[in-house]
Amino acid sequence: MDVEAIVSNLPLYLEGLWITVQLVVLALAAGLVLSVPIAIAAASHNPLVYALPKTYIYFFRGTPLLVQMFIIYYGFAQFQAVQESFLWPVLKEAYWCALIAFTLNTAGYTSEILRGAIRQTAFGEIEAAKACGMSAALVYRRIILPSAFRRALPAYGNEVIFMLHGSAVAGVITIVDLFGAARIVNSRHFVPFESFITAGVFYLCLTFMIIWAFKRLEKRWFAYLRPREE
Amino acid sequence: MKKILTAAVTAAALILTGAASAKDWKTIRIGVEGAYPPFSSLTTSGQLVGFDIDIALALCKEIGATCSLVAQDWDGIIPSLLARKYDAIIASMSITEERKKKVAFTKKYYNTPAKFARKKGSGIEISKAGMAGKVVGVQRATTHDNFITEEFGDAVEIKRYGTQDEAYLDAVSGRVDLLLADSVAMDDGFLNTDNGKDWEFVGPGYSEVKYFGEGAGIAIRKQDQDLVDLFNKAIDAIRANGTYQKINAKYFEFDVYGQ
Amino acid sequence: MHEFLTSLFSGVLDGYLYPFILEGMLLTIELALLSLVLALALGMLTAVAKLSQSFAARTVAGIYTTVIRGVPDLVLMFIIFFGGQLLVNNFGAWLLEVSDEAMGWEYIEISEFVAGVFTIGVVFGAYMGETFRGGILAVSRGEIEAGHAYGMTRAQVFFRITFPAAVRHALPGFGNNWLVLAKATALVSIIGLEDMVFRAAQAGGTVRKPFTFYLAVALLYLVITAVSDVGLRWLNKRYSVGVRSA
Repeated sequence: MDVEAIVSNLPLYLEGLWITVQLVVLALAAGLVLSVPIAIAAASHNPLVYALPKTYIYFFRGTPLLVQMFIIYYGFAQFQAVQESFLWPVLKEAYWCALIAFTLNTAGYTSEILRGAIRQTAFGEIEAAKACGMSAALVYRRIILPSAFRRALPAYGNEVIFMLHGSAVAGVITIVDLFGAARIVNSRHFVPFESFITAGVFYLCLTFMIIWAFKRLEKRWFAYLRPREE
Repeated sequence: MKKILTAAVTAAALILTGAASAKDWKTIRIGVEGAYPPFSSLTTSGQLVGFDIDIALALCKEIGATCSLVAQDWDGIIPSLLARKYDAIIASMSITEERKKKVAFTKKYYNTPAKFARKKGSGIEISKAGMAGKVVGVQRATTHDNFITEEFGDAVEIKRYGTQDEAYLDAVSGRVDLLLADSVAMDDGFLNTDNGKDWEFVGPGYSEVKYFGEGAGIAIRKQDQDLVDLFNKAIDAIRANGTYQKINAKYFEFDVYGQ
Repeated sequence: MHEFLTSLFSGVLDGYLYPFILEGMLLTIELALLSLVLALALGMLTAVAKLSQSFAARTVAGIYTTVIRGVPDLVLMFIIFFGGQLLVNNFGAWLLEVSDEAMGWEYIEISEFVAGVFTIGVVFGAYMGETFRGGILAVSRGEIEAGHAYGMTRAQVFFRITFPAAVRHALPGFGNNWLVLAKATALVSIIGLEDMVFRAAQAGGTVRKPFTFYLAVALLYLVITAVSDVGLRWLNKRYSVGVRSA
């Protein structure tokens, strides 16, 4: 066991941890915002409306995140036009490429979770809302979406964990996230067990924190389902 | 009980450090990189070619052993040697103090200086002031990585790549401002290719022993000192009988053996 | 066949699609299927352990699923690939030493392929375990009781009643796991296994068309997903015979 190699590189791991947390939190936030309109459109019964969002969902759920990230990071540089456009200062940075890939990816998964939840809304609820004279937008805002979010919560918790784990691929395109830090430590000190297990422990802690947070959230959101306490 | 415990601890220690075993070297497995032209690269049909490869085969012939080549990522190249995936590394690996802690080295089989390259017309000068805030691409955990980290780490942003090829790719797409690599590898693998036509060398050649070691040697597990000796003898032999010079001429117009 | 394919795909992706990329795809599929077999076996074992009376078995299975599902597969792959090799071979060398060459081994190759199959199998074994456990728990008590009432042995109840019904309940989860597994194989390209992602990187880099090649590989993954969807739907239909649905 080479404890010293790990201890002396602890600052590097902590920097990596910070980058990982940043990437995951930002991607999840942006992805969630993006997924609401996509999910609503994909839940439509009109082929003209659902065709595009469903294709989007199919593509991002059907292909590996690694490949999606490579398309953005290595792929876009293939086109001179992209390199000369206003987008290049953003796409030039590995950090932004990873963030964009993660956002689009989690938006795809989250949309599908939400779409399913929207489709499961009890028909009576919608009928009742319509009978009350609510407009379609109002029905969505007051009836469908709140209950859909609630139903989507457990599945979304899993998606958050998947995003955290998926984010390790950032280390492949020069970003020094947790996994990137472990790779540097391994290649400098030749300590594969120690370096990667250390990163693994950090990821494990983050995962536990996410699980704990979602348990609390579920307790709150599903409070109305619990039997009343005497 | 105590005895068993001691035995168990010794066993565990041995497992973690690797035990010695004598061996007659009729077959030798050699680890190579395969992403470092012109020293070693893969053709599209999956064939390994390059200076390292030819040297490896020549040395094996000299030793009189049957050799098999194993392509391995740079990151895992020393761990895999320690894990006995192969018995020797012939992959342009510089002989450095840090590496000597883990593996034994033969004498050098070539030594070429490191150099910076910049995009033509960028006008970047090699000095702390001239490079301030620039992005420098290097291969991770190489002598070049150590050099730039120690000497310019506070002035530049360092991007570390798994392979030299990835660094070239990002240089072309404009993600890095400077490259630091072995001058010969960069000349043949990048500057003289279509991709690198807009790039040029800048600054002096670096070969301080402190960073770059005595040159590229063959890395071997410490317990296999007999294999080190075999390779040392073979290196002398192919340099004496002209084989080395023939291989040298196949790839380079100058002598890569160095001083 | 080879000639036919060569001429059919000649010029597609600068001539790299066949055989270069499609060979990589074959490897991806082999890797995915072998990992699936391992994952199914481990998943079964885990589910049985988790539902068993034995505290030790439940604990071991619990630790396994918790740790595996808490650490990214990429990190696990590196631990197993780099570390596993070291451990196995140093152990072999030590055995040689202590047994005076009667036992042990000089070297066992843990190739990238084996490491890949092993990692992906072990990772998805944990997910499969959870899915199977859910499937078994979802079988209605009444059916099992009825089996016992007919005088079936425990094994008979398991194989004739619990298992087929559990398969039906576990199928959606299984399908989902399989699709995630198939995509996870892309990670092996990082440890140097020449799957289709690795080959796309090589060829795309050589002809300076990374976008084209990665997009092509993405589409090939969609082909795998689409074919899997059809297969899963068929399975679902087969195992849902006798279940009423609207």
